[in-house]
Amino acid sequence: MNTPHVQATILIILIPLMSSYAIPLLGWRWRGSAFFVALAAIGASTVCSFILLYTVLTQGTIHYHLGGWLPPWGIEYVIDPLNGFMGVAVCVISFLVTLSSKESVQKELPDKKVRFYTIYLLLFTGLMGIVVTGDVFNLYVFLEIASLTAYALIAIGEDGAPLASFNYIIMGTIGACFYLLGVGYLYIVTGSLNIADLAKLLPPLYHSKVVLIALAFFLIGTAIKMGLFPLHVWLPDAYTYAPSSVSTFIAPLMTKVMAYILIRVMFSVFQPSYSLEVVPLGVIMSWLAAAAILVGSIMALAQKDLKRMLAYSSVSQIGYIVLGVGLGNKMGLLGAYLHILNHAFMKACLFAVAMALMYRTGRRNIFQLGRIHRRMPFTIGALVIGALSMVGIPPTAGFFSKWYLILGSIDARNWFFVAVILISSLLNALYFFRVIENAYFEEKHGHLQEEAMTVVAGEREEVPLSMLIPIILLAAGILLLGLFNERIISGILVFALPPGF
Amino acid sequence: MSEYLIGKYNYWIYVVLMMIGFYAMMGKRNLVKKLIGMNIFQTAIILYYISIGVKKGGTLPVAMEGTLRAADYINPLPHVLMLTAIVVSVSTTGVALAVLLLIWRRYKSLEEDEILKSIR
Repeated sequence: MNTPHVQATILIILIPLMSSYAIPLLGWRWRGSAFFVALAAIGASTVCSFILLYTVLTQGTIHYHLGGWLPPWGIEYVIDPLNGFMGVAVCVISFLVTLSSKESVQKELPDKKVRFYTIYLLLFTGLMGIVVTGDVFNLYVFLEIASLTAYALIAIGEDGAPLASFNYIIMGTIGACFYLLGVGYLYIVTGSLNIADLAKLLPPLYHSKVVLIALAFFLIGTAIKMGLFPLHVWLPDAYTYAPSSVSTFIAPLMTKVMAYILIRVMFSVFQPSYSLEVVPLGVIMSWLAAAAILVGSIMALAQKDLKRMLAYSSVSQIGYIVLGVGLGNKMGLLGAYLHILNHAFMKACLFAVAMALMYRTGRRNIFQLGRIHRRMPFTIGALVIGALSMVGIPPTAGFFSKWYLILGSIDARNWFFVAVILISSLLNALYFFRVIENAYFEEKHGHLQEEAMTVVAGEREEVPLSMLIPIILLAAGILLLGLFNERIISGILVFALPPGF
Repeated sequence: MSEYLIGKYNYWIYVVLMMIGFYAMMGKRNLVKKLIGMNIFQTAIILYYISIGVKKGGTLPVAMEGTLRAADYINPLPHVLMLTAIVVSVSTTGVALAVLLLIWRRYKSLEEDEILKSIR
């Protein structure tokens, strides 16, 4: 196993970490360099992530022992198909989003560029660390790195951002502390922090109440962090007020990586049979998720602000992922995995479009978009693809993950969830078609007309290429993921299923 | 029963402290009080970890002369973990204070209700 490929496991963390400290040094002299260093570092990590995914699929699980200390004493990085898949998803999205952020950061935060990209790259490091690590405490440290940098990035936004960030700090700290308590309870009963070791030591202790409490702490902690329905209060404000480039980065990735932690804890640290069945946890989770899907969609319908609408739609999409996990059967879980990837692409695409609209018009009110398609035809085209995918129209990616989730619900013989997914698709159609309608057609009546016409559909004025190309690539990605979903499922995701599925 | 209450007093202290912090975070409307609550909450967890590593009559986890018996040493690992947690806690407080400074400069207030009023 000592091939050079294995070194990619550590390089995927080290390159962005070291580069984030290089940014202030280089940026001190050449301010423009910050963006390129960040992009190069994320690009290098992306290459590493592809190498890792390939190695995992051809040679099996990779173990990397930090400093040569053997687990369970040393920290171990483990890449299995689930990790490898998450790593590629996070890296590719980050790369495209970073590429698109250049002009927006230049415009919204001109004098903070260097500091912005330093923190930005640390956030990326934190997310990648969560993905590759095989140690529950190491995961906590990366979780805090990702959270702290996210708080800081959100706080530099517009009016209302600092308060949103502070509320996120309070909620996020509760979430992270609950996770830490979960780690502590497991440590009391097993004396180990390594995920693989815990999985071996825990089954004889499943009768213990301490283990049950640990699982409860883990679940509530990650649920707060990913904004599952009753605990989502921090999410809409944070995503709305953050600078556009930040919400484009955080919205698709943060909650997905947290969902990954949930899956890791439920299916790797604990056995699926324990985490789904000892308490009827799968049932509780899927009902909460159903509530999240409906409430998120209905709240999104009530919003005028494009970014806030997308944020509430995130709440409902997290519901889909948790529903798939909670169903606890093969189809549901495949749907959840696929939805993590698809939703990351869709949200990245839609938030990038929101960023482009902010960049050109300075507006996010969806009733003020009057015929914006004349000015920015390609951007709005990408918006349409993203919206269709959110609704779940067949060739786009969103259809297929919903398909698997519905199959999962049918396998679980729960017709209510089938109905919830279908109703929520209708609600998605309502609130996204509202945006599309406003972007393509003039407001013919009502008092909004004058406001709408202030964004006169004048000369064609697309966003700069560095923003447009990633948007188009993300939109193309949505279509390609839809067309090749069978390949992804049979080539990667079936190997990522926990044993027994 | 007394064994349950007194024998495990370290856990009771941690739970009570944690609930005090939790109440301050959720119930108080002043942002600095919320931050203090957050610190109490984190410190409670640190206390919990420290207490699980302690043994009565245990000694420093340094190999000393004579026979080595694991039972004689306190467990250093939770304590080392807490060094990291303390660093995290300090950084969280730092970020939170910086955010509070931003809020103060923008709204000239740290009362949540007043800030919400001036945002709308």
